[in-house]
Amino acid sequence: MHLISFLAASNRCRCKTDGRAAPGSLPRSRGRGGEGAAARPILAIACLLLFSLLAGPSIARADAFDDALTKFLADSYADTEAGVTALGAGGDARAFAVVKALQDGRLLADPAGRRVLIDDGGVPKDAATGAVVSPAPAAADLKRVRLNNRLRRAVEAALGALTLRAPDPARRLDAAQAVFKSRDASALAAVEAALAQETDPAVKAALAEARAAILITSPDAPEAARIEAVGTLRERGDQAALALLSGLPAGTPATVQGAADSAASAIRNRLQVWEAVQNAWYGVSLGSVLLLAAIGLAITFGVMGVINMAHGEMVMLGAYTTFVVQEAIRQKAISLSIPGTEIGMSLPLPAALTLDWSLAVAVPLAFVVTGLVGILIERSVIRFLYGRPLETLLATWGISLILQQAVRTGFGPTNKEVSNPSWMSGAFEIGQLAITWNRLWIVCFSLTVFVLLLAMLRFTRLGLEMRAVTQNRGMAACVGIRTARIDALTFGLGSGIAGIAGVALSQIDNVSPNLGQSYIIDSFMVVVFGGVGNLWGTLVGAFTLGVANKFLEPFAGAVLGKIAILVLIILFIQRRPRGLFALKGRAIEA
Amino acid sequence: MTARPLDRGTLVFLGLVAAAAIVVPALNLALPESSPLHVPTYLVSLFGKYVCFALLALSIDLIWGYCGILSLGHGAFFALGGYAMGMYLMRQIGGRGVYGNPLLPDFMVFLNWKELPLAWWGFSSFPYAMLMVLAVPGLLALVFGWFAFRSRVTGVYFSIITQAMTFALMLAFFRNDFGFGGNNGLTDFKDILGFNVQADGTRAALFAISCVALMLGYLVCRVLVASKFGMVLIAVRDAEARARFLGYRVESYKLATFVISACMAGVAGALYVPQVGIINPGEFSPANSIEAVIWVAVGGRGTLAGAVVGALLVNYAKTSFTSGPLAPYWLFLLGGLFVGVTLWLPRGIVGTVQHWRARRREVAPDASGPAEGAPDGAAQKPLAAE
Repeated sequence: MHLISFLAASNRCRCKTDGRAAPGSLPRSRGRGGEGAAARPILAIACLLLFSLLAGPSIARADAFDDALTKFLADSYADTEAGVTALGAGGDARAFAVVKALQDGRLLADPAGRRVLIDDGGVPKDAATGAVVSPAPAAADLKRVRLNNRLRRAVEAALGALTLRAPDPARRLDAAQAVFKSRDASALAAVEAALAQETDPAVKAALAEARAAILITSPDAPEAARIEAVGTLRERGDQAALALLSGLPAGTPATVQGAADSAASAIRNRLQVWEAVQNAWYGVSLGSVLLLAAIGLAITFGVMGVINMAHGEMVMLGAYTTFVVQEAIRQKAISLSIPGTEIGMSLPLPAALTLDWSLAVAVPLAFVVTGLVGILIERSVIRFLYGRPLETLLATWGISLILQQAVRTGFGPTNKEVSNPSWMSGAFEIGQLAITWNRLWIVCFSLTVFVLLLAMLRFTRLGLEMRAVTQNRGMAACVGIRTARIDALTFGLGSGIAGIAGVALSQIDNVSPNLGQSYIIDSFMVVVFGGVGNLWGTLVGAFTLGVANKFLEPFAGAVLGKIAILVLIILFIQRRPRGLFALKGRAIEA
Repeated sequence: MTARPLDRGTLVFLGLVAAAAIVVPALNLALPESSPLHVPTYLVSLFGKYVCFALLALSIDLIWGYCGILSLGHGAFFALGGYAMGMYLMRQIGGRGVYGNPLLPDFMVFLNWKELPLAWWGFSSFPYAMLMVLAVPGLLALVFGWFAFRSRVTGVYFSIITQAMTFALMLAFFRNDFGFGGNNGLTDFKDILGFNVQADGTRAALFAISCVALMLGYLVCRVLVASKFGMVLIAVRDAEARARFLGYRVESYKLATFVISACMAGVAGALYVPQVGIINPGEFSPANSIEAVIWVAVGGRGTLAGAVVGALLVNYAKTSFTSGPLAPYWLFLLGGLFVGVTLWLPRGIVGTVQHWRARRREVAPDASGPAEGAPDGAAQKPLAAE
């Protein structure tokens, strides 16, 4: 069942209840008498409905529609009720508008003209043809069709029944779900009639559930039917079904109660499993974000031993690249200008380049931009500080401050709007598990980046040289690898991947100058936890931390969960100072 | 062989701080406001804040400069000391809060708490609060350091987990139900030991006490580093493995220094709070701790006086930048300082001056007089500029 339509249905249901509680209506009694009174017209509907189903042909229906309309001319409550009931039972497409008009007090009888009119915002229209009546009859000739409380019930029942058989399956589904929510016993006959006619499997299931929801709470229903209803609800197996099953009214027969109890515990077990699955998914989703943020750091820190505190700012630059790309696409042009002057140029972009393509452009562009910034930083600052890790830490912290302030000066301190492409918005459901497309894409994307990076290190010349420099810098230099160039490229690679991460994170986080700050400590935790110099360690570390965080959250809350994770990592470092997948051998001390 | 703890430089430094401790309050209290030499009260508090930062920098210099351990979590010890003092000041408000509850501070009344949490017991007593100012940061450093040093967590790993520590504390203190005022922290202080914290006299006295604390802290550091203990520390910094093989319990030396340093940071925080009038979880933010490290780097690590000079200089620059039209450029300057100092001034200001002096002495070996005092003499200028 779709979450969104479920919500819509529940909203609609609330509106309906409000309507019912309108002043002047009788207080709804929960007892037998009230429901019995309401059930009487419904029985009539059901009989008629059965009759019409048997009778079949639509000509008969059309006649029934006209016959029903004439009932409104009599200005008698009994006749009006008969008319409403007939409309509700008939399958005529015009019936809904008529009954709705009656409910709103817009139905006008024209006894002289033997016709019924609908007051459509002051314009009288013929109820049978829908045509505007001209000349408009004198107001004195028209009689508003009156309602009393009993009639209002009949009108609502007829409306419900008509919606349940509306031509649009989505509306039928909404109506069925609304009935499930309200468990209005008077709707039972209409539901059953609709169920018999229904062909759409989703709507059919919803109708069956609605029927079960009514039956299980109705003391009049036969026991066998109620036990069968328990089975239907058990199939449904969500929170709403659980609430129904565990909240049966007092006086329910023991057999039904027993069946409901066992079904409720079965649902509870299943829901627990789903909750665990949901948490695991959230954890994987968080883990993929951590992996993206940390993987570039794993390269610079792991391969080069450089603590890059400006790593978070590379992520931030990547996110701003996305913003710039999307701006250019919105403007349909690339505008370049020198700030403060009139000098500038503007290149038009092809019209086919829509926002849906923005990420496809932003990913390589972010990689190039942040990669170049990374190489610039390495060449201008970091290369002078090799072998002095603490100084590198301070210098890169300074760079991070400068980059943050530069972006704040250039783009302003506020959050920038980065939109999701259409293929990344929305959600779908597997059982009770709701998955948003952007999270799913980010999980796939981070794993792709990971695999590509691994393949690059394993199969390319650059990767080979990087590994050589990591393992033994001196020996690598001796066999002719230009280690300084490898250093620059490695740093550029790590920064470029951070930029790609920024493109992904711009889809789920606020794009602001502080974006990087919120990831830097987490990223360090992942790398330190996973073990330096090992990409697999980063992968395991990211997903372990992500899942652990999400499983702690329900018990401890988001902040305490995070604190607990930090404390656990601090303790873990004591046990394994070199992380989960530690490099072994002499190289680590160097 | 150990150096004399009270060499000429130390005496000059102590003399300067003592002079500041007397002159600034005197100019504030004794002179009328119309006098050109009058120091307004807000400046006294500002200078007091600088002195507290200088003490924090000193504590970082002790552990980083002499033991080679870069702690990015000293802001946490500073803030913990500050919170201990803040809790005492909160209890002194008594029934004068907005809600007029004689027992509970305002934020607890606001949160509908009925009784004082256990952690707050005893903080109405000044001696107990002062004990906590030392004990809480000291204990945290003891436990944290014991775990870390015993399992030989060193270098950047230690830096990163100290950063995680202060980050975790920040998250914890931001929570309302943690019991320390949450987001807003502790503020609206009224009295300290019966004196109004807003009064000119109290401000001047707090400034003088901060100066005395700085002098004491400097003396403690000086005595430590000039002793045999200090020699071992430097050995640990320069060649940890060798020191260990020589039979020194490296962990114990590191742990002792770390705890002393944390206590000093706690004292700095405790003196800071009554002068600025607020303590909130923002003090735990990792950025603050790193900023304190750069004060030390600017002044020169491993020179003690350098830490003080760096703290005063950088904070003076920060105040003059952020209060003027150049405010948006402060972070550029600060970031540039981080990069520039590590690249071109690795010894820091005082360290570079000492280095020049030492080189000149090598060139002219017949130069007379002990040169050790000179670097601290160089510190006179920035101090006087304050």
